[in-house]
Amino acid sequence: MAKITFITQDNETTVLEANSGSVMELAVQNNIAGIDGDCGGVCSCATCHVYVDPQHTDKTGQASEIEQDMLELDDDANEFSRLCCQLEVSEALDGVVLRVAR
Amino acid sequence: MKKSMLSDPFEKARENIGYGNMDDQGDPVTMLLRLKDVRKTAHNWKTFQSGATPGRIVVPSEVNIRDVRQIPFEVDPPEHTDYRKLVEPWFKRPLEKEYQAKLTQQINDIIDEVLQLDSVEVVEEFSLKLQSRALTLLLNVPYEEAKTWIDWGTHVFRSEGVALDGDKANILYDYIDEQIERADKAPSDDLYSVLLAAEVNGKKMTKEEVKGVMILTFAGGRDTVINAVTNSIAYFAEHPESLQRLKDEPEITGNAVEEFIRYFSPLTHMGRVVTEDTQVCEHAAKANSRVSLCWASANRDPKTFENPNDIVLDRKINPHVGFGFSHHNCLGATHARQILNILISTLANKVQSIDIVECQENVETLGEFKRKVGYDSIRVQFHPR
Ligand code: HEM
Ligand code: FES
Repeated sequence: MAKITFITQDNETTVLEANSGSVMELAVQNNIAGIDGDCGGVCSCATCHVYVDPQHTDKTGQASEIEQDMLELDDDANEFSRLCCQLEVSEALDGVVLRVAR
Repeated sequence: MKKSMLSDPFEKARENIGYGNMDDQGDPVTMLLRLKDVRKTAHNWKTFQSGATPGRIVVPSEVNIRDVRQIPFEVDPPEHTDYRKLVEPWFKRPLEKEYQAKLTQQINDIIDEVLQLDSVEVVEEFSLKLQSRALTLLLNVPYEEAKTWIDWGTHVFRSEGVALDGDKANILYDYIDEQIERADKAPSDDLYSVLLAAEVNGKKMTKEEVKGVMILTFAGGRDTVINAVTNSIAYFAEHPESLQRLKDEPEITGNAVEEFIRYFSPLTHMGRVVTEDTQVCEHAAKANSRVSLCWASANRDPKTFENPNDIVLDRKINPHVGFGFSHHNCLGATHARQILNILISTLANKVQSIDIVECQENVETLGEFKRKVGYDSIRVQFHPR
């Protein structure tokens, strides 16, 4: 079971627990504002953009090249940006804090 | 070659030089063919603008047949951002349960309808009807309005040959003017009324602006959806095993929708006007010339897509640009995705197989390239499960 915290642009904090699926799916199922997941998680829409808490980047690891190419042209992206449909829920993510970008 | 295949005419040029050239009524276009270039150029609105003379970023150019600026399509940031903010919540309504239930009912009905028939010409008798009826939900107008739009036929916004037909476009413009007047006199909860009551930057939307949004909603969502739906039917006709797989594994339906959009790329390309002398793909682009972002070519770029010419129903990483890229990405995508999603699952549940009786391909000529984008007509037989 991994505990995942979302903080929205309105500073609303939601803590969720899950075993499987992608972080985007978890967010959409729980109506986290600012995560739309329009493309269903195939890395095409960038509506699942989050900033990983700087202290937690070891939990999420690095974005793939394809994901980086998407983020590179996102005006709101920074070094902590991830498309959370590309984050698979697992024990490794336990305790991660994600700030929703939109 | 299978009838449902859409080949990739851009392969060599994309690989060798990265762009292609086409003339268009004396205003040539440099077509950008690689995914990375297309994305970068779409993102760089300062050098590659949408807010040029109305109609100029469309290929074939519509400069000679319209003056109305389409909104938010032919506007650049920062104004673009304000318009988008205004209309985005409305165009996200397809995510609502009630909207989906109505759309499911419509699609169920039309599939039941064609299952009764001996044979069906898909473009006119299926895709156009489905698209028109679904649009009543997006605009929130009475279902009966669809009849008028269906009666216009598929050619109201395009005509045979290269030049666009101004008279045909006028049917649509006159209709929209009428609807705006109607909504102005008796506001309701349809899109016309919502826009007429809206403010952008503290200023009330003018009728001209409302018209600009509405024209785009009709034009942008018509051929694109019709081609996507028709191509899906043709594909399933030749791939009954895919229909079966989607019945057995409904969880991959979302991936299949994205893959169809990538492979079919219902909108081939869209132009931009260059605002300063620059380079694209090591090729000089002069100020006031045109480039186009070729979504169809970018979506077959082997640098990003493995087996780009195959439909891989459950393709997991699929960063396609079928709905565009960056701030101008498709406003109707939520609606279009819902249509395809419900269409696929309904077909998988109700239809055993489809036979193509005869078909006429719709091939676009783009300078040196010829691209099949769909069908002018395709007659099929649907067989129920
Ligand atoms: C499968 C169907 C569709 C495809 C493939 C498609 C494709 C696209 C593409 C590639 C763009 C980007 C254009 C650019 O960058 O200049 C776009 C923009 C747009 N589309 Fe679609 N479209 C589809 C359906 C729809 C529908 C159903 C509607 C509405 C009824 C719609 C309305 C729009 C609008 C308003 C824009 C302009 C957005 C902006 O400039 O901010 N589209 N579409
Ligand atoms: S959900 Fe579309 S990119 Fe993540």
